[in-house]
Amino acid sequence: MIRSVPRSSSFDGLYLTYLLVFFVYLSLPLLVTAAFAFNDASFPSLPWKGFTLDWYFAEGSGRTGLFHDDGLLSALWVSVIVAFWVTLISVALGCLNAILFERLEFRGKELLYVIMLLPLVIPGVILGVSILVFYSGMANDASSLWGIELDVFRPGLPLVVGGQVAFITTLCTLVIAARLRKFDRQLEEAALNLGATPVVAWFTVTLPWLLPSIFGAAAMAFLMSFENFNTTVMLTGSDTPLTVALFNRLREGSTPVLNAVAVLLMVGSAVLAVLVMGRSSESAR
Amino acid sequence: MNASASRLSLCLLITPFALWILLLVLLPHLQMLRVSFQVRESWDTISWGVQQYQNFFSESYYWRTFLRTGLMSLFTTFLTLIIAFPIAWYIAKLARGRAKGLLFFACLIPFWASELVRTYGWMILLRESGLFSTWLQYLGFADGPVEMLYNDVAVIIGLVYNGLLFMLVPLVTTLEGMDDNLVEAGYDLGGNHFTVLREVVVPWAMPGVVSGSIVVFMLTLGSYLTPILMGGKDSAWFTGQIFTQFITRFNWEQGAALGVLLLVLSSVMVWLGLRLTGQSLRKVMG
Repeated sequence: MIRSVPRSSSFDGLYLTYLLVFFVYLSLPLLVTAAFAFNDASFPSLPWKGFTLDWYFAEGSGRTGLFHDDGLLSALWVSVIVAFWVTLISVALGCLNAILFERLEFRGKELLYVIMLLPLVIPGVILGVSILVFYSGMANDASSLWGIELDVFRPGLPLVVGGQVAFITTLCTLVIAARLRKFDRQLEEAALNLGATPVVAWFTVTLPWLLPSIFGAAAMAFLMSFENFNTTVMLTGSDTPLTVALFNRLREGSTPVLNAVAVLLMVGSAVLAVLVMGRSSESAR
Repeated sequence: MNASASRLSLCLLITPFALWILLLVLLPHLQMLRVSFQVRESWDTISWGVQQYQNFFSESYYWRTFLRTGLMSLFTTFLTLIIAFPIAWYIAKLARGRAKGLLFFACLIPFWASELVRTYGWMILLRESGLFSTWLQYLGFADGPVEMLYNDVAVIIGLVYNGLLFMLVPLVTTLEGMDDNLVEAGYDLGGNHFTVLREVVVPWAMPGVVSGSIVVFMLTLGSYLTPILMGGKDSAWFTGQIFTQFITRFNWEQGAALGVLLLVLSSVMVWLGLRLTGQSLRKVMG
């Protein structure tokens, strides 16, 4: 069934219908979630009672909009902080790993590469649980044996950052290594021949080449950290990131404020995605 | 570069890698394995044994959920593949120019929202007071509210939805690399739709099928939000049980054993998938 092979028109019709149904399936949940963020009713369901921005801006009068909901706003801020650190650490580690695997030759490289890929095939819940057992167990032992309190190792933001870095680093490594593989090493050699030291050559020739992939990896790391639930929920302490806070709210019952948060998240990721795509198409020119 | 300089750069680069992989991945998992063999006899005495694993096999609730989670994940993966393949084929082979880019882009849009938001969207659609129920009543197909959430079908709808992108991207990539002439030659040599699909298209698409299936299976097996929020009382998911042991019951030893079992299941399935199709992890993931 390629373009040059004749097809019957009824087959074509069926195919297009399937395509249409598929895209309706794909978009429907998000469309309804977004729509009910603007419905003037206190429960996200039909009938439609008119357009309102209450779920963003209302204060008092029985409704608390997202921008006056302290619980959600502080959770949002926690998520931003976590995502910032995760992005910083994973991208840095990703760069170093990419150079390690693309540029250096050493014994056992194949094995280490497979080990580097492991976090992708470990379910997120297990990753979270194992880190919880290792670090919290260590904190418990230190407390009971020597009376030392290692609060960093108790469930909380440092563990959340660690858990997310564990698998996001692998993704960053893959993205950056793919770009480094396409780099023409003669450019670097030219810089060295022209008298640059290896460090100068790296910063003036190789790093600029890698930049688009570094930005791409950073955007991806930020989004993945922001949206992660499975690893985060196991490691979170008293400061809950946004996804966990939303989950707890959702279990209490749904209100259009949750839809408002969902819209904010979708717009945020869309803006980030467009920014990165714009940048990478610019640098491709 | 001389030998000592290259040795130095290797040391400098391998240290962060080793710290990351040891402190965040390997050691925690070894510790989880160790804890799963601990038996707590009183609050401060611990002995070693396989009691946690015996519990798993003797309590039917555990292993039934384990089996159910595995089988439903397999079914979800299969369904995702069947649903995604025609779409991937259309994008890779039939759409052209702008339409192609737009369609591919449209496939990515749902994944700008997190799993929680997607699941929430399905809850709004499927629940008793939801849109589908209201529409059905409005159109006269139902007399009262219809509950479509909290059952296995709802869970599978949500899981397939979550997995689609991870199936579509590798499929589109491998199918785009296929020469149309191969398909044409298949027809010229007298093949019908079915034989061309079986003898030409599927073998070519196999790397994409395998990597998509592995990722979707892994994600489904390890998913938590969708089965917990969309499933009913009888539709337990194994990750939910691990969560209960750790967070609700504080029974780390049992939770660790269940975690190890889930990890073994997912590793065995990934290994089998790679073995049966002759692929390597490096090729599929890297």
